[in-house]
Amino acid sequence: MSSYEARFQVWRGDAQGGGLADFAVEVHDGEVVLDIVHRIQATQAPDLAVRWNCKAGKCGSCSAEINGRPRLLCMTRMSVFDRTETITVTPLRAFPVVRDLVTDVGFNYTKAREIPAFVPPSGVAPGEYRMLQEDVDRSQEFRKCIECFLCQDTCHVVRDHEENKTAFAGPRFLMRVAELDMHPLDAAEEAGLDRRRTAQDEHGLGYCNITKCCTEVCPEGIRITDNALIPMKERVVDRTYDPLVWLGSKIRRRPS
Amino acid sequence: MSVVDRQEWDVVVVGAGGAGLRAAIEARERGARTAVICKSLFGKAHTVMAEGGIAAAMANANEHDGWQVHFRDTLRGGKFLNQWRMAELHAQEAPERVWELETWGALFDRTADGRIAQRNFGGHEYPRLAHVGDRTGLELIRTLQQKIVSLQQEDHRETGDHESRLKVFQECTVTRILQDPPFPGGAGRVGGVFAYERESGRFFVLQAPSVVLATGGIGKSFKVTSNSWEYTGDGHALALLAGAPLLNMEFVQFHPTGMVWPPSVKGILVTESVRGDGGVLRNSEGRRFMFDYIPDVFREKYAPTEEEADRWYDDPDRNRRPPELLPRDEVARAINAEVKAGRGSPHGGVFLDVSTRMPAEVVRRRLPSMYHQFKELADVDITAEAMEVGPTCHYVMGGVAVDSDTAAARGVPGLFAAGEVAGGMHGSNRLGGNSLSDLLVFGRRAGRHAAAYAAGPSADRPAVDDVQVDAAAAEALRPFSAEAGEPAGGPPENPYTLHQELQQTMNDLVGIIRREAEMEQALERLAALRARARRAGVEGHRQFNPGWHLALDLRNMLLVSECVARAALERTESRGGHTREDHPAMDRAWRRINLLCWLADPAGDPAATDPERGRIALSRENTDPVRPDLLALFEKEELVKYLAEEELYE
Repeated sequence: MSSYEARFQVWRGDAQGGGLADFAVEVHDGEVVLDIVHRIQATQAPDLAVRWNCKAGKCGSCSAEINGRPRLLCMTRMSVFDRTETITVTPLRAFPVVRDLVTDVGFNYTKAREIPAFVPPSGVAPGEYRMLQEDVDRSQEFRKCIECFLCQDTCHVVRDHEENKTAFAGPRFLMRVAELDMHPLDAAEEAGLDRRRTAQDEHGLGYCNITKCCTEVCPEGIRITDNALIPMKERVVDRTYDPLVWLGSKIRRRPS
Repeated sequence: MSVVDRQEWDVVVVGAGGAGLRAAIEARERGARTAVICKSLFGKAHTVMAEGGIAAAMANANEHDGWQVHFRDTLRGGKFLNQWRMAELHAQEAPERVWELETWGALFDRTADGRIAQRNFGGHEYPRLAHVGDRTGLELIRTLQQKIVSLQQEDHRETGDHESRLKVFQECTVTRILQDPPFPGGAGRVGGVFAYERESGRFFVLQAPSVVLATGGIGKSFKVTSNSWEYTGDGHALALLAGAPLLNMEFVQFHPTGMVWPPSVKGILVTESVRGDGGVLRNSEGRRFMFDYIPDVFREKYAPTEEEADRWYDDPDRNRRPPELLPRDEVARAINAEVKAGRGSPHGGVFLDVSTRMPAEVVRRRLPSMYHQFKELADVDITAEAMEVGPTCHYVMGGVAVDSDTAAARGVPGLFAAGEVAGGMHGSNRLGGNSLSDLLVFGRRAGRHAAAYAAGPSADRPAVDDVQVDAAAAEALRPFSAEAGEPAGGPPENPYTLHQELQQTMNDLVGIIRREAEMEQALERLAALRARARRAGVEGHRQFNPGWHLALDLRNMLLVSECVARAALERTESRGGHTREDHPAMDRAWRRINLLCWLADPAGDPAATDPERGRIALSRENTDPVRPDLLALFEKEELVKYLAEEELYE
């Protein structure tokens, strides 16, 4: 087992401001960045604030930016860095800082409340739900989401444009709309709710210009852009905005 | 005079994992204004780490399954120490609880005809676990979270406020249950909780006649564990400090398969689904050693040869199951013994192999997070090579002693407990898959009865006096003065160091195999740590300060660790999650005996008590005889192995 000393710069501060603090800290074989942050806590800065839980990439708590890139601290191995490199750890940039590496992610919980819930089909009793695996595959892919909010953090629509936050739900919650829209038994339509239209009109789907940044940072490897956002854009267009579709429907309706 | 902010609720749920959220949903649907308090962000609770599935006898995979079979398996797994009425309710109600999740939007893996697929697991006679790949816990927590949001949306439509009837206080920690009159000295009816916001360090009080504990387990007292930082035994300690007893605390489950390499991931869970889906355990000689460890009580149920075991996957009706699927306690002990005998893997575990058992694409589809976890964290491709695994502290069977039907804690009116923090359901050893179903069944029951209790004598709400609130505030602030004042006895202690020493102590001395002298030594070390923990000091201020949070959690971990050590020393037999090297056999006379842990000196300040004296007193009680119609589900020859003579003929 080989150990070495790494140089870290960790952002410390709060809503009033702060800056990068330097640490020299021991690293052992197989460790991840979260191990190093914990070692800094235990030996040098006991009040260093960081969120974490499972340390296995399953809960999505320890999101931060490592050398400027949004990542999970627990799934970033030290072996991906050069031993001489100084590693910089900063809080998620799109959200207000609370303290050190902890940010206020309340934006995401507000957006979650704005997405209408699953509508159970009427007349189908619990235990009577029948769905084929191939029909649930797509929604299941989106339900792999661990809500780390890295996609929300990296999305340029809000990353540098605070003013867009009210109108834009972000990739995670547009994907939630897609998940419900593709759920084989969701009865939103019967209840008078058009999920695709609300994606466009209320959750800001139109702001997305499919640069796929969200897909790139997703630690679960969900193809957010290709499988959730683009198909939903296509269907929105099919229904309401595509001028050719619109024209076609007019022409056909013309009395002969 | 206290200036702590107070709010009034009907039901307060402490913990937002599966049990807490299910309790909150039920309480709110029954009309109670309900507050949920959790240490992490909403949706991050430890339940997300559950992998394999939810056990429920829906009979989708095998028509012979039913609640009676599930009940029987649960009692066998728990070596008949289970609170049998809980096991009965659990087996009966689990299917409804799973189906209900579908009506809230859950998407389980499907059978060919569109029903919920069910997989094999250790100790379950038939394929019984509803699952989503190997991320079932995430599906459960997300579904409950989204159901809560949908209830809040309803409330918003009616009242204009999302949080008018159901509110989640996230990143807050409860440090005391408040009572009327304060414990000790009276009935100690629940009056609410004292808590602090992690973000700001601000104190607050939620007043409510009903409090549901749903705080999970205690694994963070052990060095090698699959549990997250939240598992510091908070609910266990809160119940003790309020005067409620804990039951069966000697039973701690070591999951047989945790990662062993690299060191930084040691203890992270490798799901039992790996074995349920066909994975096998081998030692360094390449031998499938589990065939050498089938205990007498399970001899008729498990295949004696590899040939029969391998046939079972395709023809379960005419072959017996492979011994890799024995209950977890058996497999964990076997791995421990192999490593001790010098037949372990290079890093002190054994080999768990799927690569030679199924095609790579099947592994990736059925075990996606295991594939990901080993690839990312250990550079191991599990489709091409074997995993190295070893036991890891995973679950505590012991917990708050509760009424089987209502989840009410014993002796403290208004206090309820559900999920891992509650004791009794799993006896001496929990079967895989029975935890997620436990959360749903008893979470719902706790929520229902907490709401009913709160609606009862509503005019007569318990009062919470300022003295208790001020005492709780002073207790929570002690770590800051430790730094400044240097109290008698020595310099301030680093809470991280104390925590590491506690984990080492429990791991080495009260771990998977236990010996009398070591447990005595553990109790001495715990006493010394308790004295030093009084001087746990912190730097900085109250805003999001992990050092301070840990200093406060130490009180709970030390209390709970003492419960485990004391009860383990007392029980002179081996059963389930309690293995004594000096008493290696299961003793039928012990089957009826429950050990209860109580706070020994309730009047004392937990930190100020004489460090040499213990904080925990034990008492014994005999369990109720199992109802005859439930006993009739077993063959007489099997019962003889568990029950004492007089029980058989009663």
